[in-house]
Amino acid sequence: MKAIPAKFKVNGGIHPAYHKELARDKAIENMPIPALLSVSMSQHLGAPANPIVKKGDSVLRGQLIGETAGFISAAVHAPSSGTVKAVSEAPTAMGTTAAIVVIEPDGEDTWIEGLEGIADWQSTAPKTLVEKIAAAGIAGMGGAGFPTHVKLSPPPDKPIDTLILNGAECEPYLTADHRLMIERADTIWVGCQIIRKILGATTVRIAIEDNKPEAIAAMEQAMANAEGDVGITVLKTEYPQGAEKQQIFATTGREVPSGKLPMDVGCVVENVGTTLAVWDAIVNGKPLTERVTTVTGHPVAEPRNVLNRIGTPYSDLLAFCGGLKGDVAKIISGGPMMGLAQPGLDATTTKTTSGLLFLAPQETQTFNSMPCIACGRCIEACPMYLVPAELSQMLEAEDYEAAEELNVLDCIECGCCAFACPAHRPLVQHMKQGKSKVMLKRRQAQKK
Amino acid sequence: MADQDTTQYIVSTNPHAHSGASVQRIMLDVIIALVPALLLSFHYFGWHAVRLVTVCVVGCVVTEALCRKLMGRDLGIFDLSAVVTGLLLAFNLPPSLPSGMALVGCIFAIAIAKQLFGGIGYNPFNPALIGRVALLVSFPVAMTKWHAPLNAARWTALSWIDGTTTATPLGAVKTALATNQTCPVTWGNTSMLNYLLGNMSGCIGEVSALALILGGLYLLYRRCISWHIPVAYIGTVAIFAAILRIAQPDANMPVLFHLLSGGLMLGAIFMATDMVTSPLTKQGMLIFGVGCGLLTMIIRRWGGYPEGVSFAIILMNSITPLINRATRPRVFGRKRGTS
Amino acid sequence: MDINTILITAGAIGGVGLVCGTALALAAKFLAVKEDPRVEAMEEILPGANCGGCGFAGCADYAKAIINDGAAINLCAPGGAEVLDAIAKAMGIEASVEEKKVAVVMCAGDSDKAPRKHLYNGVADCTAAAAVAGGDKVCRYGCLGYGSCANVCPVGAIEIKKGVAIVHPELCISCGACVSACPRNLIKMVPISRTIHVLCSSKDKGPVVKKACQVGCIGCRMCVKLAGDAFEMDGFLARRNYDIPVENEGIVEKCPGKCIIKRGDSEDPAPAKPETAPEQTEGEASETKREG
Repeated sequence: MKAIPAKFKVNGGIHPAYHKELARDKAIENMPIPALLSVSMSQHLGAPANPIVKKGDSVLRGQLIGETAGFISAAVHAPSSGTVKAVSEAPTAMGTTAAIVVIEPDGEDTWIEGLEGIADWQSTAPKTLVEKIAAAGIAGMGGAGFPTHVKLSPPPDKPIDTLILNGAECEPYLTADHRLMIERADTIWVGCQIIRKILGATTVRIAIEDNKPEAIAAMEQAMANAEGDVGITVLKTEYPQGAEKQQIFATTGREVPSGKLPMDVGCVVENVGTTLAVWDAIVNGKPLTERVTTVTGHPVAEPRNVLNRIGTPYSDLLAFCGGLKGDVAKIISGGPMMGLAQPGLDATTTKTTSGLLFLAPQETQTFNSMPCIACGRCIEACPMYLVPAELSQMLEAEDYEAAEELNVLDCIECGCCAFACPAHRPLVQHMKQGKSKVMLKRRQAQKK
Repeated sequence: MADQDTTQYIVSTNPHAHSGASVQRIMLDVIIALVPALLLSFHYFGWHAVRLVTVCVVGCVVTEALCRKLMGRDLGIFDLSAVVTGLLLAFNLPPSLPSGMALVGCIFAIAIAKQLFGGIGYNPFNPALIGRVALLVSFPVAMTKWHAPLNAARWTALSWIDGTTTATPLGAVKTALATNQTCPVTWGNTSMLNYLLGNMSGCIGEVSALALILGGLYLLYRRCISWHIPVAYIGTVAIFAAILRIAQPDANMPVLFHLLSGGLMLGAIFMATDMVTSPLTKQGMLIFGVGCGLLTMIIRRWGGYPEGVSFAIILMNSITPLINRATRPRVFGRKRGTS
Repeated sequence: MDINTILITAGAIGGVGLVCGTALALAAKFLAVKEDPRVEAMEEILPGANCGGCGFAGCADYAKAIINDGAAINLCAPGGAEVLDAIAKAMGIEASVEEKKVAVVMCAGDSDKAPRKHLYNGVADCTAAAAVAGGDKVCRYGCLGYGSCANVCPVGAIEIKKGVAIVHPELCISCGACVSACPRNLIKMVPISRTIHVLCSSKDKGPVVKKACQVGCIGCRMCVKLAGDAFEMDGFLARRNYDIPVENEGIVEKCPGKCIIKRGDSEDPAPAKPETAPEQTEGEASETKREG
């Protein structure tokens, strides 16, 4: 079963400098458990989980510490055994505040008892498998954090025929998924089969960018005896090939209609990290308590792909990688295109922290923006075929009706436009503000 | 450790990487692309070309600085757009134009056509062309005094321009047509070579088609312009000229004549492609180029002026916003024309 | 050019002008829209600032609303007591005159007193800055100083001094535009005679506030003890009850947090040309390097 090049390509996109060589050949390493684990209740899209432990409680690894709060929500589990030091509020990476459970590990790292896998998952009803995934608190680990059990429960009128595994990792610097595919291709493949069983999909595609030949080879080997319409689609390396809609188009040629979801074109996309977590949950019965984070950047002494517990402080992650060997101007949680800039190293890792990136002063700039010179580079770059030049001018003038007409809500905030803009306009910031204002207006109109 | 001291980190919205493009860099590329034509203009017209280029560039930059200061804004001259306007304006002037008039053109181009609208990015018309057209309408005699290039005294005396006027090729054609004669310009291989290299009378920057094409290729390589407008513009002119030539050989010059004479190359490569005043999308650019080509040929053939490039481009600039509205791309995931 | 040409030209153009002028005059007379004379009279009374503070689309709209829709007559804040009186007289209604209110920004954490936690680079607007990592001040309630309020003030009464917004009360026309512009709801409308304010809006506990600002309210309740009903506690934040005047102005020195400040004409005279927006650096709506 060979890897085949993608037949379709979304126009737009950019080619940033990738710098993946900093960490791409570093095997995943397990870091020691930190002195304190601060586990956020809001690590996923949807309602934050409700903490069910209080100060002084003893917890074991894998114990439920946060209950789902609604249909679109995810459970949160203790990443290690220890004592609950506090249940308080802390700012999240996005600037809002959420409940947080601080655990002081006891060093034993004892798993909770009674965790059992489903050995014969091949003959188990999908509903049971999905319940197990929900109990494991798995959310999309590629960065979006969409609760997996919700994604794997499409309504009966939306049949899924294609499952796509997202191994693109199109962000520069990040190599976590790349290493996962090289080192754990077999387990990823089993996880993929589990998800295929749940969805009843007939076609499976693993989408990998062509700058990861080792990962492609590893997955090819793991899937050598695969049955059915299974294949690896090699995507041309470009940002944002890993974005869901763009990846579905590149792999299958189907366009997800505006405002709709991949299930509306019969597809489901899962990150390879999430697939691995699904395998762990079904086969070993283990809830999600750790993930691989790429700690990278030129100022980092030893960039690595670190397997860390959820709730590990960023400062501990950095210390495990030898600290800094140069000045840092910007700290980013995630990749440089869509990551969140951090005011400091006070935050902790979550289920969606794919990377911790440090940028030196000469690699960053503070920009003064100019008026739009209508060069059109943003239009060439936009993978949703929007006109960011016009949109940003409308949003600067606070003309939200015009922005809505120009489809500002279709923006995926990938950052390609701002990357290309010679006038250094804060395009994504305008889009974000515009989208939230338009959504607010819509909600207010609905209330009336 | 960075997280324990009082270092303040930069926090901004994504993205945190940039392509390195800047307006200044784009303008610098345009200036570099204009260098071949600049050097040839010096070669053909001597000190007068140097004088005009200096006056226009300095005039435009100083006007922009003064305007911005008076309006209480930042200086704004470091993005080099005023330098580009100055160069392009100078290229559109005959070698004998007095410096004072050139300065008037600069003030018109920068203060009125650019700064009054809000500065770079807000001007609806190409500033250099507005400057040129304002001069043409205000000083028609001075703006239509042409001289043959390579005058022996061009580097030794400024007075060589007195009394050595000649008509431009297009001017000669227009006069002939008005008096019902057949087109008088002799046209053979030597003529074509001269026109390509620039050995013809005209504005100091428009004469050498070859130098301008070289500059255009550099701009294409640096991705400052795309091929759509120049190809659509020049292509339309070629097709229109061919049709006319076939229909009425006595009253129309050959296609190559139209392509190489006048300001077509300068206009199609450097003026019509001005980012602020031309459409955003590729389809829009094609429409823009075709429109410019049609208007240019109509003015050349039937209009009162011998040269139609400046007016054609300005007229098309005025409908650029309409073109932009009509050629918005189909958004991914939507049917065409819905929102 | 002989005299005939001139006469004919002048006559032709003059004739056209005469015809057009007559047509316009006739149209003005016979096609005029009948305006209610009372609405026009009301428009004369209103100040004509078109600030929108009344909630209508300008003075003409408010005049129409008063006459035709029975809108409340005390909505014009810039007009103040004078205009209210005049409207009341014209409508034959009794009017209760309320004291003029001015806007006050309830934060004094300027660049000397309240540190920033990161260098914000982006759109120079308070709502935008507040959305990125919770704002660039350590205090997550304080004024960010990017001038969203100053930009909407129709009379330029708000000055950004050392990174915080300050309203010049003598210039304020009470339209209330700044109140809705502030993303942190720091601006309150306060009767003009009340000059003692608690210039802090932080709901954090004392130790947290001390780290964030040298002039923040630490929740010690000293003001409630000393000045009674003029102050009331809202959790850890003291608030002024503006119905009750402060008898003893010594409370300003006694406040341990130094957050009770007397603001009035004597203290912040309006400069000749108040700066209404952060210094404009190269480029327009943008870069926000903080220096002072």
